[in-house]
Amino acid sequence: MTVYRNRPDLVAALVQDDRVHRDLYLSEELFALEQAHLFATTWTYIGHASQVPNAGDFVSLDIAGRPLLLVRQADGAVRVLYNRCAHKGTRLVTDESGNTGRFFRCPYHAWTYKLDGAPLAIPLKGGYEGTGLKACESGQGMAAVKHVAVYRDFVFVRLADTGPAFEDYFGEVLGAIDNMVDRSPEGRLAVAGGVLRNIVHCNWKMYLENINDTVHPMSTHESATQAAEALWQGNAADAPKPMAMEQILPFGAGYDFFDKMGGRIFPNGHSVLGVNFSIHSGYAELPDYEAAMRTAHGAERAADILERSPQNSVLYPSLSVKGSPQAIRVIRPLAADRTLVEAWSFRAAGAPDVLLERAMSYNRLVFSPMSVVAHDDVHLFESIQQGLRADGNDWVSLHRNFDPAELAQSTLTTNGTNELLMRNQFRAWARFMALGMEAAA
Amino acid sequence: MTADPCEFVVAEAALLDAGRFDEWLALFAEDGHYWVPLLGAAQADPHSHNSIAYEDRLLLTLRVERLKNPRAHSQHPASHCQHVLQQPVLERDDAAGDTVALRTPFLYVEARGDAQVLLAGTCRHLLARTPTGWAIRQKRVDLLQAGRALPAIQLFI
Repeated sequence: MTVYRNRPDLVAALVQDDRVHRDLYLSEELFALEQAHLFATTWTYIGHASQVPNAGDFVSLDIAGRPLLLVRQADGAVRVLYNRCAHKGTRLVTDESGNTGRFFRCPYHAWTYKLDGAPLAIPLKGGYEGTGLKACESGQGMAAVKHVAVYRDFVFVRLADTGPAFEDYFGEVLGAIDNMVDRSPEGRLAVAGGVLRNIVHCNWKMYLENINDTVHPMSTHESATQAAEALWQGNAADAPKPMAMEQILPFGAGYDFFDKMGGRIFPNGHSVLGVNFSIHSGYAELPDYEAAMRTAHGAERAADILERSPQNSVLYPSLSVKGSPQAIRVIRPLAADRTLVEAWSFRAAGAPDVLLERAMSYNRLVFSPMSVVAHDDVHLFESIQQGLRADGNDWVSLHRNFDPAELAQSTLTTNGTNELLMRNQFRAWARFMALGMEAAA
Repeated sequence: MTADPCEFVVAEAALLDAGRFDEWLALFAEDGHYWVPLLGAAQADPHSHNSIAYEDRLLLTLRVERLKNPRAHSQHPASHCQHVLQQPVLERDDAAGDTVALRTPFLYVEARGDAQVLLAGTCRHLLARTPTGWAIRQKRVDLLQAGRALPAIQLFI
């Protein structure tokens, strides 16, 4: 059934000032429109340049249903190409990652391409003399994604020609990437320790809004935090904690803690939660590392970097960053009711191993398919996906701390439990859906 | 428990399938670990690469205690598991017979409500002889699809 296609007005009406319609989570048609429009006009994180260190290294992945390749060029740059042979459409590589050497070679008819996608050779090329091949798309080689931005080794793409420029789109929230990268005294990160991948049977927007939900930990994670507290009971308040306890116990911090951590919204759906402090602020101090940071950045900048440990910074719609521990979550929508969530950890060049250990430990404890923290989150997301099929209420509430004055402001700092950080995501959703749908009309 | 380490491995899985987690936990040595490497059989150690789980007795206890809490929301309805083991193979046996290593290929089914998850892999047990029987120094679970996207796995493989 087609309801929303070619009806940007109906799509816009699904996002009200203080609530959103359940179709945002349930409708397969809206999912297809998001893939076509939202993920084309916005900037999506695809990967980190350290995943392809050497010329010819590639990573293949699907973004919004399109097969892409991140490729390291001979000159050291990275490019993003469509993973499609210009001839019949074969994917040129089917491994997730690897090294293609100096060129791509299609396994079907041996058409070859340079690392930048330019055509190299075709067998029996005499057969194409006098045909239209050379002048048409199939003669031009592998199509490249035109709008690619590499920000401090984080690679983003915008698939459509329509949409804001990279710096305009992200603006101030890029500071969240700076904060994480600058935790390396050498200003360089590399992915390390592998990636934890989860399939969650819920809509991707539900997962992304929960990243800014500070009211759920007390009730959702009660069983995990109570078990942790019971195990740790009897230890002195200042007793050094094992890393796992240091990371799990703060989930039980009360409503007041989460409210006072504060949050900030930026234009286009982005946010920083925990502008004042977060559950990551209490990790053990590392004097030698802090000294190295002061040497590298100067005392003032080093203090500024290390004092900021936001809970989550969202680079809408695909990336959530934790500056400390150095970990990111990447959100990949697969269907209206299915989302892939990846958790990556980073090694910071020039920083002690314990920082990578923290990132891996946090991802393992909180974002692994076996995480006792995530089990309750995932259960509830999947429960919402089912519960929203109920009659009697077509809407999902986002009312907490709604203030009509916020509608006139695109950048705003607020209390940590304000659902403004979620409303801000949905307002961006409506805007970019409209932008894409109107451009396509 | 039994003196035959192969029988010990079978009995260990049976405790999990019966949901007798406290008794299962008691099989671990004080310094014992439960480990599900993210690279499966290819992973050299638990520190150079991340793991799906790498837990000492403290974290295993946390897991078992959480399952007892009525507000472990993800256990409504509760999960149940079934291990289908091949014959455990004794791989290594030190001269004194005080530590043994075994490998046991398995299928693991975890069911909850209408859904079930099927995992395949090989378990590698490192057991130490104690005055009261075998104790688990390490239970390593090498999944066939460890690095792929997985749904929630809520009990113990």
